[in-house]
Amino acid sequence: MQKFTVHTGVAVPLDSANIDTDQIIPKQFLLAVDRNGFGAHLFHDWRYLDDAETKPNPEFNLNKPEYKGATVLVARDNFGNGSSREHAPWALMGYGFRAVIAPSFADIFYNNSLGNGLLPIKLSAEDVDEIFKVLEAKPGTQITISLEDMTVDVDTLHFTFDLDPFRRHCMLEGLDAISLTLQHQEEITDYEKKMDNWRAHGTL
Amino acid sequence: MGKTLYQKVYDSHVVFQQEGELPTLYIDRQLVHEVTSPQAFAGIEAAGRKLRRPDLHLATMDHDISTKEQTIEACSPMAQEQIKALMSNTKKFGVKFFGFGEDNQGVVHIIGPQTGFTLPGTTLVCGDSHTATHGAFGALAFGIGTSEVEHVMATQTLKQGRLKTMKIECTGSLQKGVFAKDLILAIIAKLTTAGGTGYAVEFCGQAVRELTMEGRMTLSNMAIEFGAKAGMIAPDETTFEYLKGRMYSPKGEDFDKAVEYWKTLKSDDDAVFDKVVTIDAGSLEPFVTWGTNPGQGAPITAKVPSESDFSDPIVAKSCKDALDYIALKSGDPLIGTPVDYVFIGSCTNGRIEDFREAAKILKGHKIAKNIQLAIAVPGSGLVKRQAEAEGLDKIFIEAGFEWRQPGCSMCLAMNDDKAPVGVRVASTSNRNFVGRQGKGSRTHLMSPATAAACAIKGALADVREFI
Repeated sequence: MQKFTVHTGVAVPLDSANIDTDQIIPKQFLLAVDRNGFGAHLFHDWRYLDDAETKPNPEFNLNKPEYKGATVLVARDNFGNGSSREHAPWALMGYGFRAVIAPSFADIFYNNSLGNGLLPIKLSAEDVDEIFKVLEAKPGTQITISLEDMTVDVDTLHFTFDLDPFRRHCMLEGLDAISLTLQHQEEITDYEKKMDNWRAHGTL
Repeated sequence: MGKTLYQKVYDSHVVFQQEGELPTLYIDRQLVHEVTSPQAFAGIEAAGRKLRRPDLHLATMDHDISTKEQTIEACSPMAQEQIKALMSNTKKFGVKFFGFGEDNQGVVHIIGPQTGFTLPGTTLVCGDSHTATHGAFGALAFGIGTSEVEHVMATQTLKQGRLKTMKIECTGSLQKGVFAKDLILAIIAKLTTAGGTGYAVEFCGQAVRELTMEGRMTLSNMAIEFGAKAGMIAPDETTFEYLKGRMYSPKGEDFDKAVEYWKTLKSDDDAVFDKVVTIDAGSLEPFVTWGTNPGQGAPITAKVPSESDFSDPIVAKSCKDALDYIALKSGDPLIGTPVDYVFIGSCTNGRIEDFREAAKILKGHKIAKNIQLAIAVPGSGLVKRQAEAEGLDKIFIEAGFEWRQPGCSMCLAMNDDKAPVGVRVASTSNRNFVGRQGKGSRTHLMSPATAAACAIKGALADVREFI
């Protein structure tokens, strides 16, 4: 997993609540067997006027020159709801995003992001509103996020956020969750030994 | 203090917890399908790992297969690649796989229960958000991403924090023409699409007790649509009866022992929930969605809302955006809105009971002339065979429906079952998101019986007219 310590980048606002994973990466792009190449199709239906992705929609923020190279996304409530597709954080990361700031996230998306080095930051609806105002007044403003200090700095605004300490540790160090769990094989085996037959049975 | 059903299942699965970390839970079952597994299998292989417990995995394909013909050739070239990957991966890693033509090929969330792979008191995951379905059995079941799929494959565990608990008590008995689907759409409308975020929900009350397992699965299936990770129902005689004798259900003494334990899986009288919601299920009417998220629903007899009905500016904007997209006018009655396509199927409503209820309405009727396409897509080979044995396929076909092969189909339109731009679909699926059933398509979610009524009328209709 890609480490996240301190990041500064252009923030792009998407002023909608309930941006679901079908919008982030539509299903026609899920027909792949690897994790790469999804960034090109991020927000496909909003970003392009045609299916072949040759005509960018000039109205969509990601296509505006002031947000070129954006790496921080700012949105409203319940970001990433809907389908469990991990292709959503893969697409956001593939495009170049390192963090998403919103008042709330859907649970599965939130977990998927943390597992991929994409930092989902929850701030209060009022704080997010303040950020939207700054980004509207000064498009192209950069945001600095420190996972070390758990802070977000935008223009003159300063916020702090929370993250589960273990998740934070893994992200700061870029740790692989499977290797960490495999250090506990013994506990898992002990647990399995105590299981009732009806549960342990499976498909055998 | 007593425990809730969720807490009982959660606590019994904690394998270990390190200081300052989330608990690691044992995962009893994982369902695998073609779309969210290839990258997980590839990760396992690249790291030189194997599946810790291949026997606790079950695989089939559903998301992107053709429903016209049960062959790999009938699928798109990209889908073929995913199906072939699933076939070779399950073979390589020793995972049980159900292929075309088998009773147990179909929508994963229908296959788990019908094989008895899904059991009360277990933890069950799948790389699909509608895994909440299995909560109907009193399992702690939730959708996960592909990295987590790989984690379960390698370790049979997942780190999971404790969720808050919510009780949704559904009082009274559902009236004629009102089904589990109407109940869950009413619940989502009340709670909004994010109302359950961070919660494990337990559905209870008379209306839930009176549901069959099929109905309960419809209810749990859509828990995710109001943001709840899990939607559980305490197992009872209905559950045990359903499971007895199924392929992977415990047998003989093991079954009796299991039932004895399963009977303890209910929230204690003195358990405290973080939130309690009561729904007067007995007074509900058939429900349909009018917008572009599952929370934007109303009784079929209602009028299309207007943005001024909502005080929260963000909700009001969502309403306006939704009405623009779905092309409905505030103040117009929902009933009578012309419909172009009808889709009956999906993990929400692709079970035998769903086709029985729709067939009851369709019998002796024809679909309206303006309906361009009406498809009935059984959720599994077994559902299809059973429906055909009961003659339901003939009722659908005589009414003008196409009787298809099992798969997810137009619920997410990853195969060629798509609705074109501007087409309005009466759909028994679970999501009415923008473009979900095809770019520019307009979805109205509803029960199978209501979908059948809409097919006959060629418009949004009140199914109670046909009862």
